[in-house]
Amino acid sequence: MVYQLAAETAADQGLASYSDHLIIAMIVAYAVALFLFALEAAYGRRTALKGDRLVPVGAAAPAAAAPGAGGSSTVDLDAVPEPGGGTGGDGGTGGDRDGDDLSVSVRGSEPQASASRNVLGAIAVAVTGVGFLLNLAQIVTRGLAADRWPWGNMFEFVVAISLCSVAAFLYAALRYQARYLGTFVLLPVVLLLGIAARWLYTETGPLVPALHSYWIAIHVSAAIVATGAFMVSGAAAITYLLSHRTEAKRAMGERVAGIAAKLPSPELLDRVSHRFVVIAFPLWTFAIIAGAIWADEAWGRFWGWDPKEVWSFITWVIYAAYLHARATAGWKGTRSAWIGVLGFAALMFNFFGVNYMFSGLHSYA
Amino acid sequence: MATTSTRKGGKKRTDGTGGPAAGDGADAAGGAGAPGGLSPLGWARWAWRILTSMRTALILLFLLALGAIPGSMLPQRVVSPDQVAQYYTDNPSLAPWLERFYLFDVYSSPWYAAIYLLLFVSLTGCVIPRALAHLRLVRARPPKTPRNLGRMPYSARFTTGAEPERVLEQGRSVFKRYRLERYGDSLSGEAGYLREAGNVIFHIALLGLLVSLAAGYAFGYRGNMLVVEGDGFANTLTSYDSFYPGVAADQDDLAPFSFTLDSFDAKFVEDGGFSGQAESFAGEMTYKDHPGGPERHHTLEVNKPLSVGGVQVYLLGHAYAPEFEVRDGEGEVVFDQPVPFLPRSEDPGKTADGVVKVPDALPEGLGFEGVFLPTAQERTGEDGEPELASVFPGAEDPAVTLTAYSGDLGMRQAQSVYQLDTSRMEELGESGTLRPGDTWELPDGAGEVTFTGYKDFATLQMTHNPGRLPALLSASLAVLGLLGTLFVRPRRAWVRASAGPDGRTVVEVAGLGKTESTANGQEFHRLATELRDRLREDPAADGPASSKE
Repeated sequence: MVYQLAAETAADQGLASYSDHLIIAMIVAYAVALFLFALEAAYGRRTALKGDRLVPVGAAAPAAAAPGAGGSSTVDLDAVPEPGGGTGGDGGTGGDRDGDDLSVSVRGSEPQASASRNVLGAIAVAVTGVGFLLNLAQIVTRGLAADRWPWGNMFEFVVAISLCSVAAFLYAALRYQARYLGTFVLLPVVLLLGIAARWLYTETGPLVPALHSYWIAIHVSAAIVATGAFMVSGAAAITYLLSHRTEAKRAMGERVAGIAAKLPSPELLDRVSHRFVVIAFPLWTFAIIAGAIWADEAWGRFWGWDPKEVWSFITWVIYAAYLHARATAGWKGTRSAWIGVLGFAALMFNFFGVNYMFSGLHSYA
Repeated sequence: MATTSTRKGGKKRTDGTGGPAAGDGADAAGGAGAPGGLSPLGWARWAWRILTSMRTALILLFLLALGAIPGSMLPQRVVSPDQVAQYYTDNPSLAPWLERFYLFDVYSSPWYAAIYLLLFVSLTGCVIPRALAHLRLVRARPPKTPRNLGRMPYSARFTTGAEPERVLEQGRSVFKRYRLERYGDSLSGEAGYLREAGNVIFHIALLGLLVSLAAGYAFGYRGNMLVVEGDGFANTLTSYDSFYPGVAADQDDLAPFSFTLDSFDAKFVEDGGFSGQAESFAGEMTYKDHPGGPERHHTLEVNKPLSVGGVQVYLLGHAYAPEFEVRDGEGEVVFDQPVPFLPRSEDPGKTADGVVKVPDALPEGLGFEGVFLPTAQERTGEDGEPELASVFPGAEDPAVTLTAYSGDLGMRQAQSVYQLDTSRMEELGESGTLRPGDTWELPDGAGEVTFTGYKDFATLQMTHNPGRLPALLSASLAVLGLLGTLFVRPRRAWVRASAGPDGRTVVEVAGLGKTESTANGQEFHRLATELRDRLREDPAADGPASSKE
């Protein structure tokens, strides 16, 4: 038996303290962005969004230049400009060619979408971008300081999940004009980061032997990215439920005032919510499978009904139900949105509740 | 189509992820309500239809999630039998009631099995007809071109100087990712078959996963074993401390491997806030597949099990086994070996308890209850008295304290090696703090005991699970199927070329996405534009007067 000193694994103190400063900076940036997004939501003008850049449904992202079936009835799909003189070079028959212009008709079912907009929102997106970079820098410096993958405890998970949620949100904001989600995504992010910094903070340090595996990079990363996407979906689902109520009131002839009146269109929120579940669900499935492979390596069984396993399974089942519900009569709309919210609640419970209420093999916090 | 099921029936099962189901035709269910005065067969068909409906599947999914919850809140035998026993002690009146509902064995309980078996029957009942329908669809030709293409969600129209035949020829190469069929003056194409295939594969893979799990439980086995540094192990039933066979496991024919734990090395963090946290465990082992086989080496670590003869050997834990030499009252060495001491679970200093049994000592049997402290330090206890405690889990400054007993150890009865039955013994006294090499002379000339040193020991688990690889395969297939069903867009497209009144050819392109997606419209438009551009540049299409070849 040899006993060895472990001095060489002590964390790099300089980097670690740098990383700690970044936490404060990024929380401040996110909080400022949240404030600006809230202002936009409250005081912006309800503006129609461009139809061609809304969320595609259930399939791969469209080519950027191509137009979408955005409008309510017939849309000028010839947005790719018809080269008027382009036929001229063909010589003598050019005159005949006028007839080969495309005349296109598209029956789209996509209704008009609108959201509250203001210049503050654009600034907020930029501030969120700054926060994202600070977040990234924090994770990198912490990883370098500890010389390992920077997700080995609850504090680090929260910071990484925030990064992924914000990344998913920024993508949605830039790609699908979905910055109206800012308030709803950044609110939980700032809350989670606040909880993390206040209660979950752990010094930079080495990992317990059970976490010494390359599977940490695979299993935990997949879970973190999926959680980030589920978080955006959950935010959209909650906004959907609020917006749906507003819409219902309007349909009843009631006047709706205040922020509620400025919520984005429910159909749009529903599609954003679904879109991110479609992205996150296979990732979550993969995270569970990767976890099972790791568990097989580390604990001698790939599935053992450990509380964490049980709750990730419950989360998986609820999101599977969500995907099925969206295709079932009588379960569309609010009911499936509630299922999405339920799934998100299970996800959060899996993260906080399971770690603090039950003792299990995943108790590294 | 997904919305067409009626309220009273509501049993039509539709595509899992939105859009009209390709397998709609396979739905036996109409919108019929409960059968009034039906024959038994009618009832059976009605029940089957209910069971295989999407709504039932949804409810079963929720029950599956709901049923899993108590298993995460109450201790489970499969996870920690000790905690179940503890629960019985703490809640003697409640525990038997929970037992009646199998709440300590939720995941192997009949009611949980009922949920998932019903779910899988429901799933099978839905997936098999859909698989067959999809198979027919794949083997069939794309459907006939509709008469009025202008009514399709996407349609485009242009004229060209090219002959209709030439247009369709170019159409074939532009729509090359579609399966195409010629109908008169038109092409009919279909693409995205993989969505429904993925859906079917996903659900079948889930069935495969369930079967793999069941096979693992039935034919596998698991055993636990404690091995002291330097000791060996042979894979026979009697070598295990505890053994949990599956219901159909062949216990007489275990894989005939053996190994020796040559050395074990545990490292703990020395300084700073993480002091005492385990840093790494590594055991050097020599093993043989079968008696007489070649010797191999393996370094056993927490994430590096030994795989031998279809069995995985895992490192579960580590602690110390102090070594004792005992001389009895007649001066004979009657005991000389390491004794594993079990660490107290909540103690970060890994204070460990154990017993030494020397039934053969003369004139009377000897027994010791001991405490092992890996790094012993005097400190002031809560009552102000100095006490000895372990301040670090690594064996930096080990010490033991012993309490000696003499008398009848009761070895004729089966008993735990970690407990001393002192009911027929007399306490001789307590030792002081013993360091390695120290000897304690027992009172009344009963003998002496020497703490000669210590060894590391490892707790190991051996598992044999024939369901491992099939489960992994099924799970991987499920992910692939899922990706297909979530990201592939099934769609149809048509190209029609007919002679116009002015001698030019009228070309119609139309597309129909079976799922709502803006990407469909964009793809149809790109392809229509490409076809038009090709015909424009096509020398063979240089006006109505040009010859065919």
